[in-house]
Amino acid sequence: MTIMDKTADIPAPRSGGPDDARLLEVRDLHVEFHTRDGVAKAVNGVNYSVDPGETLAVLGESGSGKSVTAQAIMGILDMPPGKIPQGQILYRGQDMLTMSYEERRKIRGQKIAMIFQDALSSLNPVLSVGYQLGEMFRVHQGLSRKQAKAKAIELMERVKIPAAKQRVTDYPHQFSGGMRQRIMIAMALALEPDLIIADEPTTALDVTVQAQVMDLLKDLQTEFNMGLILITHDLGVVADVADKIAVMYAGRIVETAPVHELYKRPAHPYTRGLLDSIPRLDQKGQELYAIKGLPPNLLKIPSGCAFNPRCPKAEDICRTEIPALVPVSEQDGSELPGRGSACHFWKETIHG
Amino acid sequence: MAELDKNDGSMDATPNVTEVVAVDATDETAAVAAIEAPVERGEPILQVRNLVKHFPLSQGILFKRQVGAVKAVDGVSFDLYQGETLGIVGESGCGKSTVAKLLMTLETATAGEVFYKGQDITKLSGRALKAVRRNIQMVFQDPYTSLNPRMTVGDIIGEPFDIHPEVAPKGDRRARVQELLDVVGLNPEYINRYPHQFSGGQRQRIGIARGLALNPEIIICDEPVSALDVSVQAQVINLMEKLQDEFNLSYVFIAHDLSIVRHISDRVGVMYLGKMAEIGTDTEIYDHPTHPYTQALLSAVPVPDPEARERGERIILTGDVPSPANPPSGCRFRTRCWKAQDKCSTELPLLAVPERFKGSESAAAHESACHFAEEKDVVGAAS
Amino acid sequence: MPDATKTQTETEAVADATAAPSAATGKTQDKPRSLWGDAWFDLRHRPMFWISSILLLILLVIAAFPGLFTGADPRDGDLTNHFLTKPELGHFFQPDWFGYDGQGRSIYARVIYGTRASILVGVGVTAAVTLVGGLLGMLAGYFGGWLDSIISRVTDIFFGIPFLLGAMVVLNAFADRKVYVVILALAFLGWTSICRVMRSSVITAKQADYVTAARALGAGTSRILFRHVLPNALAPTIVVATIALGGYISAEATLSFLGLGLADPTISWGIDIAEGSQAIRDNPHALLFPAGMLSLTVFAFIMLGDAVRDALDPKLR
Repeated sequence: MTIMDKTADIPAPRSGGPDDARLLEVRDLHVEFHTRDGVAKAVNGVNYSVDPGETLAVLGESGSGKSVTAQAIMGILDMPPGKIPQGQILYRGQDMLTMSYEERRKIRGQKIAMIFQDALSSLNPVLSVGYQLGEMFRVHQGLSRKQAKAKAIELMERVKIPAAKQRVTDYPHQFSGGMRQRIMIAMALALEPDLIIADEPTTALDVTVQAQVMDLLKDLQTEFNMGLILITHDLGVVADVADKIAVMYAGRIVETAPVHELYKRPAHPYTRGLLDSIPRLDQKGQELYAIKGLPPNLLKIPSGCAFNPRCPKAEDICRTEIPALVPVSEQDGSELPGRGSACHFWKETIHG
Repeated sequence: MAELDKNDGSMDATPNVTEVVAVDATDETAAVAAIEAPVERGEPILQVRNLVKHFPLSQGILFKRQVGAVKAVDGVSFDLYQGETLGIVGESGCGKSTVAKLLMTLETATAGEVFYKGQDITKLSGRALKAVRRNIQMVFQDPYTSLNPRMTVGDIIGEPFDIHPEVAPKGDRRARVQELLDVVGLNPEYINRYPHQFSGGQRQRIGIARGLALNPEIIICDEPVSALDVSVQAQVINLMEKLQDEFNLSYVFIAHDLSIVRHISDRVGVMYLGKMAEIGTDTEIYDHPTHPYTQALLSAVPVPDPEARERGERIILTGDVPSPANPPSGCRFRTRCWKAQDKCSTELPLLAVPERFKGSESAAAHESACHFAEEKDVVGAAS
Repeated sequence: MPDATKTQTETEAVADATAAPSAATGKTQDKPRSLWGDAWFDLRHRPMFWISSILLLILLVIAAFPGLFTGADPRDGDLTNHFLTKPELGHFFQPDWFGYDGQGRSIYARVIYGTRASILVGVGVTAAVTLVGGLLGMLAGYFGGWLDSIISRVTDIFFGIPFLLGAMVVLNAFADRKVYVVILALAFLGWTSICRVMRSSVITAKQADYVTAARALGAGTSRILFRHVLPNALAPTIVVATIALGGYISAEATLSFLGLGLADPTISWGIDIAEGSQAIRDNPHALLFPAGMLSLTVFAFIMLGDAVRDALDPKLR
């Protein structure tokens, strides 16, 4: 990579003290996968940060690198074929990529926890949920079986599973999808982490249950003042819970913004296209706007701006020069805190 | 509906269930003739009556005995009119995919009828059934599993012609396949490629081309875009709308995404636990829902606009969908309903225009299976 | 029925992107690639595949034309001159290269001529087992119901019989044990594993959406079975068959060693191993060469099976 993103220049939406006190900061992260057909560049220089109590939504389609980034943070990337050639992942100022395995293991699970999309396959089907919840306490805190069970019940009550006392001995398949996702959340919460990474936590759930689970997650976050990284493809889910959004495309962040701003005035043609292409519940539209073309092939990311073959605004410069993520300002030059766009023509996009 | 205009081709005025004109076909040839007959735009083409599908639950290893049944579909009736799109929404387990399979005669109905141009397709066989199969096609949810990975695109799209050779003579087939690829927006040169060489959106286009091959009249779409990326969904939806106009198709569009259903549908049916809770035009359902379940469902949809979100009222349902093997008595929604009273557990509400709205011009006057139906704006429409 | 099926993780999406190279750059720079073609591409890049293939090719040529490799008659015993002569390792391709056995026969010639029996038994049993087991497994898996119950129960019964013990009992009933008798006996007892593998992969394949799609089009049973189900259920069967092939060869050798497999005048490594083992203390070479050849052959087949399995493993795509 020749061009470095300049996200560091973008002022943070909330000043969370000195820079190294950031709960989590990802700096210029690169991830590639070595496959039979070549090197797939999944993440190409991602920068973002989360503070305690803050929710960062990472929005992107499949292949955008949003989940790969999260896996890199958690240290659960398959390596090989995955490789992190460059970048830093700072947890409270310490680079997790250079830590020893032991140090890292301590942070993972205790300080940073992850919630996956598919709760059923993330839970062990032959162990009762109570046992699996209690395991955390037995392993990490050395509690007895009985104490661990009591803790498990407490956790299940905290995530509002009805009749927790009776259900603690049930097995994962005896729970509904929504309840299983609650159990996953309970597991993530068990050791009271500072940061939760939720990878499409509600995608597999029905809308009525989705709302319940998102609400729960939000309440718990406020209660424990945790940082939350919410990875999703759903612009709707993001609108409800996030404080700030990072939109990813082809392994890069193409736009960052506080949540309300993004929907009102997108500063990147990709974000604008996404917003225009989803049908609205409250409006019966005419033909949908469709972003032309296909998501990029990570083996052959287009030169220049990766979005250029699909972009209505693309010009020659877009095909040759990778746009850096630059701060976005009002027309009169006044700052728009927390906003950034990786588009050569962001001015035209946001003000045009 | 204020703007009732029968000539504009909108289906707003048509009732949801009309009388079935069953055609008595004495033999197979007569049945095939009835199936081949054209249907006027706006006339019912598919009429579903009290459709029931129970999957038996059996116990025992050697001597299997039935211990119960999963009531996947439990008495569903609706009409599909020529040229319209009927959306069917509901959460997982509500039976909407089973309805699709029943309409495709991929499952045998436990009871009830599906009339296609007056012929009950649940009782057809042989040549007549084959003729029906040609006219009702399906687009599947998962573009990754619905295409045989060991066949070329040409073989996949051309397979319908192998099965129904009368549609296209052998010499024409390659040209027809290429034409179909072109129609769905794929490069006709891709004919010899294999499915794994395409992305999800492209594969779904291949699936659509296969569905179009036999010039069907009805296409049943079972979650056709839910496996696709947001930016690709819009392309596929637009393609489907274009094809509907071009080939005069009627769609049954089954999905869980209410926004997409509203966008594409003329009329919408909401299913809950094997039953239709509410059915009406898209405006009736989305802007004037009267069934509490529809209201809860709509209010739960995340709107990609933080400010519009704050306009509408939010109803968060408690609990989960009960098991279809053991549904609640009376109204099936009563266990999660905030309006439920004793009547709801004893009396099954029928799908009909609620008494209080009868004869009303209001858009709330549409069929809703609730004892206490009343209007509520949950979407926050800027009306 | 899960409604939202964005079950792909992004790692898979990466793999998907690699599988759809046409995507961004458009033009037809890549050729149509079938899954079999992909597997072949994968195989070609595995040294293990090439080593085992070359080994097997040589073995096949030896089996087909043993006369090309030695002028000596493997049955010609010269008791006076060559009784248990030590090998002359410098005498390449000469009758005394590997020395002589207890009856004064050239071990080199016997090893060469013994190849045919082993390869024949291995390939023959595998072919028979794949045909019978594959067919029964396919029928059981596809049609299910009572047919499946019957076939599965019969499979269970055969599965319960210890393979070698069963073969010994069966072969004991034959006085004249030619190659085809051994093939039939081993196939009779060995078809069950293929049957099981085939049944389960047919069951998986028949539940796929593309099969439903074909049914919705009105496709008949034979089209669904042979166009859709079978091609997608074949891979595991091929892997199991290739790996099992080596096993059948060693089973034949074991039986011949025990005197229940092939018998004179057929030349078999098993028989030679049995004879060689009697003089193992002073003349280990009489045992070493046929046993080494046997191990090499079995090894080559198992290695090939491994390579094929890795190439066909869908997880790598």
